[in-house]
Amino acid sequence: MGTCLESMIPFAVGHEIIRQQKRELTLVGPISDILFDQLIGAGCVRRLRCAWTGNVITGSGYNFRRAAEAGRIAVEDHSNMTLAMALKAGAMGIPFLPTYTALGSDLPATNPSLGTVVCPFSGKRLTAVAAITPDLAIIHVQRADEFGNTHLWGNLGVTRDACLASRNVVVTAEEIVPSRVITADPNRVVTPGFRVKAVAAVPWGAHPSPVPGCYNRDHQAFLEYRQQSRSPEAFETWRRQWILAATDRAAYTRLVGESRLASLRLHHSALSETVDYGY
Amino acid sequence: MATDAVPEVFHRRAQLMVVAASRQIRDGEVAFVGMRLPLLGFLLAKCTVAPNAIGIYELGIVRDQPAPEAILTMGDLPNLHGAQWLADTADVMGLLQQGAVDVSFIGGAQVDRFGNLNTSYIGGQGQVRTRLPGSGGACDLACLSKRHIIIMAHEKRRFVPRVDYITSPGFGRGADWRRQVGLPRGGPATVITTLGVFGFDPQSGEMALASIHPGVALEEVQANTGWELKVSPQLEETPRPTKAELALLKRFDPRGFWTGS
Repeated sequence: MGTCLESMIPFAVGHEIIRQQKRELTLVGPISDILFDQLIGAGCVRRLRCAWTGNVITGSGYNFRRAAEAGRIAVEDHSNMTLAMALKAGAMGIPFLPTYTALGSDLPATNPSLGTVVCPFSGKRLTAVAAITPDLAIIHVQRADEFGNTHLWGNLGVTRDACLASRNVVVTAEEIVPSRVITADPNRVVTPGFRVKAVAAVPWGAHPSPVPGCYNRDHQAFLEYRQQSRSPEAFETWRRQWILAATDRAAYTRLVGESRLASLRLHHSALSETVDYGY
Repeated sequence: MATDAVPEVFHRRAQLMVVAASRQIRDGEVAFVGMRLPLLGFLLAKCTVAPNAIGIYELGIVRDQPAPEAILTMGDLPNLHGAQWLADTADVMGLLQQGAVDVSFIGGAQVDRFGNLNTSYIGGQGQVRTRLPGSGGACDLACLSKRHIIIMAHEKRRFVPRVDYITSPGFGRGADWRRQVGLPRGGPATVITTLGVFGFDPQSGEMALASIHPGVALEEVQANTGWELKVSPQLEETPRPTKAELALLKRFDPRGFWTGS
């Protein structure tokens, strides 16, 4: 989850996971902003395989800190690059990939997925990053068809490798469009439909993170979350207000309020030129 | 980091730090830009000392123009608008690994005299550990860019003889250490703190105070450093931001989120 790092984070799916009280999950993702902190606070998580967990504009993720310091979750410390390599190895169907990053760091001491390997050609010592093959990749995109063929634009993060490396893909989309919209521009596809287990239309499904072409980042929500997660009691209040009181995403957006949503909508449109895929 | 909790002196120092960071980018260089203050440092550099610099962001963004509106995170939509390339994280990390990145910026919670950075765990093995957010891209930048710049608050608990955990390698235990562990290049070039700017001695790999911020006494720097401070014989005062630089900061951080007003 959170394969675009700071944008297009699948908050709607994350919140439904909290609502359904899923337990013992292993979360994989480079950054995922506050979504991982929310899932940890709600008791859904046993293990993290990630590079950075917190609140991007304010720093600490308090639920993450409390759980990690109390030993309630296990953390496999990656860097953004080692996580990207782990998913790329998974995507390529090989057991590991070599890289120069993390040499000399203490990451391998707190991450059993990092070892060393000697290059058979140069004799150089490199970091070996074990493949990660998640059970499920969860992504939020701008549009998909009913078969799960998906268009995503903006920075891609680790999305393509995460989808390829995972056994199943679940897609939420701002809108479901006819298949011809997707196949008219196949370069924009991040994962083909035959890999997708389920697809759902979930407008505002990434709020408060941004979705290119749809809405801006709701900075205020991230700033408020700092206080809302500071103590377990405050987080419980947050969970009641934003998860339990909102039975689905439509209820959630009503809670956010139309005026706030309107302030996040694009105020400057920038359309690209179309291209010709003809023959 | 709510602005109402930050004293004014910190705002002025944050401005000074961002300006000092911007001056570390040379024109035409490829810069890998990290979250928070470095975002502003790159924007400032593009409008002052390095108009032809290229900015790379770990989310998979390459751009050669400042974002058209103020941004708080690198994923804000104005930072995608007009980009040269929107790519995979693996693509930009590949550029970094092959040596295409001249300079990068990293924040830290704890640093030692060899510029090793810790953003993972405070407290040694077997102790109760304070859990910090982790590496993000910092380890990659410290390992693989030609030089990296560290930006952090200067406090004794942060400037320690040896970090509890190396998230992002500096010069390890000395100047030759990087080569010994197999790192292909690089190392910390500069540490910009709330009190001064440090360089590194090429022989020892050790940090040395190169400039001190206006109004800061040398004793204050030593008192906030957990080892015996090395001071450059050519110690200078950190240049104050110019009016033009402050005006640009106002443009890129209009609400004073990072630098006050």
